[in-house]
Amino acid sequence: MTTTFEPELRVVPSAPPRVRDLAREWLLTRDHKRIGILYFVATSLALALGGTFALLLRIEHLTPGPTIVSPATYDRLFTLHGVTMVWLFLIPSIPTAFGNYLVPLQIGAREVAFPRLNLLSFWIYVFGAAFVLCAMGLGGLDTGWTFYVPYSSSSPSAVVPTLVGIFIVGWSTILTGVNFIVTIHTMRARSVSWMRLPLFTWAIYGTSIIQVLATPVLGLSLLIVMLDHAFSWGLFDAARGGDPVLYQHLFWFYSHPAVYIMILPAMGVVSEVVSTFAHKNPHSYRAIVYATLGIAFVGFLTWGHHMFVAGMSVFDAGAFGVLSMLVAVFSAIKVFTWLSTLRNGSIMLKTPLLYVFAFLFLFVFGGMSGVAVATMSLDVHWHDTYFVVAHFHFIMVGGALTAWLAALHYWFPKVTGRLYSERVGMLAAALVSVGFFATFFPQFLLGNAGMPRRYYAYPPEFTALNVASTLGSWLLASGLLLALFGLAHAFLFGPPSGDNPWRSRCFEWRTASPPPAHDFEQVPSFELDAYDYTTPWPEEPPLESSAEEPS
Amino acid sequence: MYELLRRLFFLPRAATELARAIDALHFVVIGSTLLGSLAIAAAAVWLITRYRSDVVRPTPHQSARASREWLLALGVVSAFLAAWVVGYKQFLRFHEPAPNAFTVYVTAKQWMWKFTYPDGRSTTDILTVPEDQPLELVMTSRDVIHSFYLPGFRAKQDVLPGRYVTLSLGAARAGSYRISCAEYCGISHYAMSGELRVLPAREFQAWLEAGSPDHDSSLVELGRTASARHGCFSCHTDDGQTHVGPTWSGLFGSEVLLADGTRVLADAAYLTRSMMDPQAEIVAGFQPVMPTYLGSLPQPEAAAIVEYIRSLRRAEREPNPTLPTVQVAPPDAGAARSPAP
Amino acid sequence: MNELADHFDSPERQAHAARLGMWVFLGSELLLFAGLFTLYGAYRAKFPAEFAEGVRHSTKLLGSLNTAILLVSSSFAALAVEQLRRARRGRAVALLLATQACGVVFLVLKFMEYSEHFALGIYPGGQGRFFAAHASAHFEPFWTLYFLTTGLHALHVAVGILVLAFTTLALGRGSFGPKFIHPVHNATLYWHLVDLIWIFVWPLYYLA
Repeated sequence: MTTTFEPELRVVPSAPPRVRDLAREWLLTRDHKRIGILYFVATSLALALGGTFALLLRIEHLTPGPTIVSPATYDRLFTLHGVTMVWLFLIPSIPTAFGNYLVPLQIGAREVAFPRLNLLSFWIYVFGAAFVLCAMGLGGLDTGWTFYVPYSSSSPSAVVPTLVGIFIVGWSTILTGVNFIVTIHTMRARSVSWMRLPLFTWAIYGTSIIQVLATPVLGLSLLIVMLDHAFSWGLFDAARGGDPVLYQHLFWFYSHPAVYIMILPAMGVVSEVVSTFAHKNPHSYRAIVYATLGIAFVGFLTWGHHMFVAGMSVFDAGAFGVLSMLVAVFSAIKVFTWLSTLRNGSIMLKTPLLYVFAFLFLFVFGGMSGVAVATMSLDVHWHDTYFVVAHFHFIMVGGALTAWLAALHYWFPKVTGRLYSERVGMLAAALVSVGFFATFFPQFLLGNAGMPRRYYAYPPEFTALNVASTLGSWLLASGLLLALFGLAHAFLFGPPSGDNPWRSRCFEWRTASPPPAHDFEQVPSFELDAYDYTTPWPEEPPLESSAEEPS
Repeated sequence: MYELLRRLFFLPRAATELARAIDALHFVVIGSTLLGSLAIAAAAVWLITRYRSDVVRPTPHQSARASREWLLALGVVSAFLAAWVVGYKQFLRFHEPAPNAFTVYVTAKQWMWKFTYPDGRSTTDILTVPEDQPLELVMTSRDVIHSFYLPGFRAKQDVLPGRYVTLSLGAARAGSYRISCAEYCGISHYAMSGELRVLPAREFQAWLEAGSPDHDSSLVELGRTASARHGCFSCHTDDGQTHVGPTWSGLFGSEVLLADGTRVLADAAYLTRSMMDPQAEIVAGFQPVMPTYLGSLPQPEAAAIVEYIRSLRRAEREPNPTLPTVQVAPPDAGAARSPAP
Repeated sequence: MNELADHFDSPERQAHAARLGMWVFLGSELLLFAGLFTLYGAYRAKFPAEFAEGVRHSTKLLGSLNTAILLVSSSFAALAVEQLRRARRGRAVALLLATQACGVVFLVLKFMEYSEHFALGIYPGGQGRFFAAHASAHFEPFWTLYFLTTGLHALHVAVGILVLAFTTLALGRGSFGPKFIHPVHNATLYWHLVDLIWIFVWPLYYLA
């Protein structure tokens, strides 16, 4: 959403020097809100890029043989799609954009603990991302986003530049995590005790712990692959006594928890949206908090389920299978809590809630298919097929991206002070959900039929399902474009929203929308709980839901 | 009923008893996944419709009893654990050694499967085994990680360099089953496929007696099998079609345009250079993706491959160059294509 | 960081935040080396004889000397913070300089160790005549891990020296008031981590 800058840019022709001031104000800002918006712009660009790769990949699969690109290009496309989406969009998207903007507001702080570090993290992210993009120009990378050795040590493509880029982005992830942990520990307003923290902040807290503890292990594995590719160190080279499976252990020790880096903030968004639009306290606040921390912890013990057929001992495989089930239990607790939060509520059906509804269906389906792939004999058939591709896209797109869109609509009035069109928003939400389902459900069946992933060409009997998936991807893309259009239009022309259009009690809504430069004119007392809907606020007249539909 | 569900879920025909048992678990687990997510969605629809309100009104504070959540967690855990127990038992069967198994050694390399039989014979990409005898594979890789995938058996095993892994498959029904590589292994990963032929006992006996594939030891024939064994056909064709690399048909003696604009004559020296130092001279319009065969391709075989390419001066269509039992046509001596000036 | 940033309401809170931030970051660093120790464990289990032989080849004297040097430097760093708490800036600066000097000596000794290995034909990645002479055994994992672990550690030592040098410079210029010793404290915390990691590297590669 580059349009963010536009209102101020309108005055540019009359006063040219302001451009420089404006650039300095934004690009060197230490304001957590502006950094959040910068991150939002950057990660959205990454989403657009990764999405374009995905569309090209789907078009390639319209026919069983070659369609638009060569095998070499195809291999680079799926690698860059994975790298861009995982490290440049999914991992930073919700924590850096929404976390930066909202966590201080939700804990009654005027800033994050280390504003300069925050700005530094942003620029490290941009630098790393630029490095990854340059690597694409240098011939791209064809190893897949998992960089399995020994293929990655000998691949004739730009392994080292890409990995350096991801390594740099990893620093940004760690520093952001440190910043959030310290902010939540030390910057809370006096009355905001741990068990009164908004649930989104709890989710960011859990995410940050994973970021800080898992990312260095990714850095180590990438470093070893780089040394191997550049200087032939061969630490995992079987000819020199190395064990390539050890690399996979290291890689998944990071990359499985990374899944929770992506989904925990999404769950935090869902908790907020459900409570706000039901105008009711979460059915069990504590259950959600403990489940969040539980996922953050158990997430570190399940990485082996990526390797059931990799040559692990059957005992190890069994242990990882059982532990993986535990994550699903915590997730199930959350799902039931959200549902029963809706019960007896006073529900206002708006676009964010519609996205959350889609999230519930897609995440439960994706999550339970996760239980299915943790059931080991089934995974043997599904591993490295489109079934697994469909499974993790249900979690990352159906879960994380849907929640990202919910967050975008939910906090849009908070950030811009304007209302978007519910009609366009809901239509986009419907398109995104249907398009998503049409894209990825056929891939479950493709996996069942035995189509391995990362296949440039496939046997003709898989054509129908592949075409269905490609058509779905166009629907999904048009839904995303419509949502973007709706929000861009609202940003320029939307009617003013007032400070609290959703009648939320959560702490971030207790200041103006958009918030003043230092967040609060005066830090509120926060005596009323973030989820206390038992009494109307004195200044609130009874509100007709239908009356606030924007024209 | 099984057949209906199998088709509904797009599963390929099951080759073994174990595959059918896995499918049964599959139907239960995925069935409950579908029902579970639909139930959650239905509950959400009902709750949103039931409690939707035009006026935002105060709601009572709801507090949860911890006991209920524990019960819920316990219920969910036991359902998942049940699936895990059954699944783990089935999983172990892929790793249990079977007595009197028919053992085949599998060597994977970019981008082909080589099978070595108990009697010492070898085939490429096509594995022929008897019906009603448990099949056991002992597998290793020559280069990167591959994954031996038999959808019909619901079986898969990563094949690692420097290590031998085994896969027990049980006795299969007669038929032809697809073999794929499931672990990304480079540019022709998608083409690294093969076929498992399960023959009834008598037919298998006949196949055994048909003799070893190395009867015809002429240099051209040797070159063709060597090319198949080294995976040349993953990228090069011998029928004139352009693939990852240039076709071999009509290549010998022609003038080749290189990416840097120069032209070279495709003679024996050029072909050998291309095998041993493929990045040095890239043909215009192709990616520099060919690995070097220096050290992995013995000199006699390199010579035989060059001889084979020489025999393809004019397009001679070989329907299936990887089939070891197909007889090769005698080389055509007539040079049909004259070199470009 | 020489004054109270306006988003903190008290200097104590700011110091608390800075220290906590450093501790969390150190946790992250620990995980980096934990990965290396895990690799060590896995490969040692695979090649017990080669690892034992590799340890016999390592330069015990220099390694142990380095351990002593790091321990001494860490106590200098701790004493510097103590002196700063008592507002004795000059002594604190001297102690910090001594810490950095120890760090430099450590790096010099480490470099000497590496040259000894190179002289024997031991290079990372199993390259060199040592490995050619012992082709029947797999010494590569031990030595590659050795170079990787000690190299990364040496990198941390170098970064630690730089951090200490910047802090010392600021302290010498009088940038930190008596209430703002947390930048110095943080720099020494980082130094202690570097020391702590070596305490694990030393037995694994020199003694066991």
